Amino acid sequence: MARAAERLVKALTWGCATLSLFGLGLITLFLFREAIPFFRHISPFSFLGGTAWYPTQEPPSFGILPMLAGSGLVTAGALALAVPFGVAVALFVGEVLPRGLRDPFKVAVEILAGIPSVVYGFFGLVVLGPWLQGRLGLPTGQTALTASLLLGVMALPTVASVAEDAVSAVPDSLREASLALGATHWQTMWRVVVPAARSGMFAGVFLGMGRAIGETMTVLMVSGNSPVWPPSLLSPVRTLTATIALEMAEAPVGGLHYRALFAVGAILFLFTLLLNVVGDLVAQHVGGKR
Amino acid sequence: MVVQGQMVQLSQDIRDEGAPAFQVRDLSFFYGKEQVLKGITLDIPKRKVTAIMGPSGCGKSTFLRVLNRLYEIVPGARATGEVWFDGRNILDPRVDVVGLRRRIGMVFQKPNPFPKSVFDNVAYGPRIHGVRRRELKAIVERALRQAALWDEVKDKLHKSAFDLSGGQQQRLCIARALATSPEVLLMDEPTSALDPAATARIEGLVRTLKEDFTVVIVTHNLQQAARVSDHTAFLLLGELVEYAPTEELFTRPKDPRTEAYLAGRFS
Repeated sequence: MARAAERLVKALTWGCATLSLFGLGLITLFLFREAIPFFRHISPFSFLGGTAWYPTQEPPSFGILPMLAGSGLVTAGALALAVPFGVAVALFVGEVLPRGLRDPFKVAVEILAGIPSVVYGFFGLVVLGPWLQGRLGLPTGQTALTASLLLGVMALPTVASVAEDAVSAVPDSLREASLALGATHWQTMWRVVVPAARSGMFAGVFLGMGRAIGETMTVLMVSGNSPVWPPSLLSPVRTLTATIALEMAEAPVGGLHYRALFAVGAILFLFTLLLNVVGDLVAQHVGGKR
Repeated sequence: MVVQGQMVQLSQDIRDEGAPAFQVRDLSFFYGKEQVLKGITLDIPKRKVTAIMGPSGCGKSTFLRVLNRLYEIVPGARATGEVWFDGRNILDPRVDVVGLRRRIGMVFQKPNPFPKSVFDNVAYGPRIHGVRRRELKAIVERALRQAALWDEVKDKLHKSAFDLSGGQQQRLCIARALATSPEVLLMDEPTSALDPAATARIEGLVRTLKEDFTVVIVTHNLQQAARVSDHTAFLLLGELVEYAPTEELFTRPKDPRTEAYLAGRFS
C-alpha cells in the first residue's frame, strides 16, 4: 500500500517535471519556427543594424536598432539604480542589521518583487512621469528615465536578494579572522566580505538585468514608445518587449510583420537566456569555491 | 588591582617569572543568562606556552576570546571581572580593541585563509594598519619565515591561499597573525582539523614561537598540552580546577578532578 503510494507520487513528480520541460521546449520551438522564416526575406544584418522600423509601409523596413538601443538604455538606467542600491541593501541586511531583524527586512524588500508590473506602470504614468516632466521641464513625462527608475525599483529585490545570499554565504570564520587582526567592522566588510561575495553579487546583477530587459507592461506604459533612436535618457524610447506587445494585435498571422515580431521575441529570448545562464554559472562558481 | 584571596592558587614558579602577560582576576562570562566562565583568576606568563585544557564545553575557547575581546561580536555576550594586559584592564569598554587585537594575534580551529593570494593574506593585517607598500614585502617574508612556511611558498606568493594544503593553510594563518608583530598569539585548537604530520609541524612551531611570543593555546588534547606547553590550566564546566607548570599538573595533579580527567574519565 505504502509502496504503491510512493510509486504514484514518484510517477507524478516525474510527470510534472517532464511536462513542464516539454512545455518549455515547445514554446522555444514555436518561437524559432515562427521567427526563422523571417530571415529568408530580411537579412539578420539589416534586421539588427537597421535604424528604421516601418513594418506596415510599402515596402516595409524592419530595423530594430532603435529598440535595441531603447532596451539597452532603459536596462542600463535601471541597473545604475538597482545595482548600487541592491548591493547596499544586501550589505546592510547581511552585515549591519542585527540578526533578528534580517529576515523581516529581507521580506519587506522582496515584497517589492510582488507588486504587479501594471501597478508600477500606473504609478509611473500618473505620478512619476508628470512629476519628472514638471521638474525637468520636459515635453513629455514618458521617457527612458521614467522607465529606468521604475525598472530599477523592480529589479532591486532580485539584485538585493541574490547579493544578500552571497553575503551571508561568506563564512563567519573569515569575519572573525579579519576582526582578530584588528580590522574594524567596515574594513572587514569592504576587504573581506565584499571580495568573497563578489561573484554572487555579479550573479545578482545578471539576474536583475534579465528581469529589467524582459519587463514589458511597465515600460509599455511609461516609456513613450517612439521607435526612433533615443537622443537621450530624457526622451521617449521604445523597447523590444513593448514593440511586440504593441504590434502583435495588428500584425496579420503568418505575415512578414508577424514573423518580424517573433524574431524580436527570439532575440529577447536569447538575451535573457544568456543572462540567466551567465548569472547561474557565476552563482555556482561562488558555491564551488569553498 | 584587586586580587581575590581565595583564588590565588598560582604556584610559586609561575609568579617568579617576572611580570605576566595577562593577569586574569575573577573573570566570569555569560552568554545571555548562561554562565560559561566562573570566577577565573590566573596569570599568564610572558614568552611561555600556556595551555588551556578541558573537555568540550568547558569554556576554554570563550576564555581565549576574552583575551582579545573577540567575544564581543556575539550578541548577548558579557564578561565581568578584570583582565590586565600591559597595565590596562582590557575589559574596560574604553580600551581600543583595534590596537589590542593588533598586539594579540589569533589562530582558529580550522584554517581560515581569506580567498586571496598567499601574499595578500599575510599582508592583510599590516595593510589595514597603514603599513607602507614598500615595507610589506619584508614583513610578509619575515612572518612567513617565523611560521616556517617561507620555503614552501616563496615561489607561489601570488597563488591563491586555497591551493595550499590544510597544514600549510594553518601555518599561513599563523603567519598572517604574526605579520602585525603581536606580543601574544592565541591559538584555539589550531590542529584539530589537521592530520598527525601537519599537527607535529605546528606543535614544533609553537615551541619555537615562545622565544619571541607569549602563546596561549586551547586544546582538548592532553598529549598536545603535555608536548607543547610550559603551564597548563585545566578548566571544567567554566571553573578553573587547577593551574600549574605542565609537568607538575600532569604528574602530580592536586585536584581529584584533574586526576580523573588525566585518567580519561571526562571528555
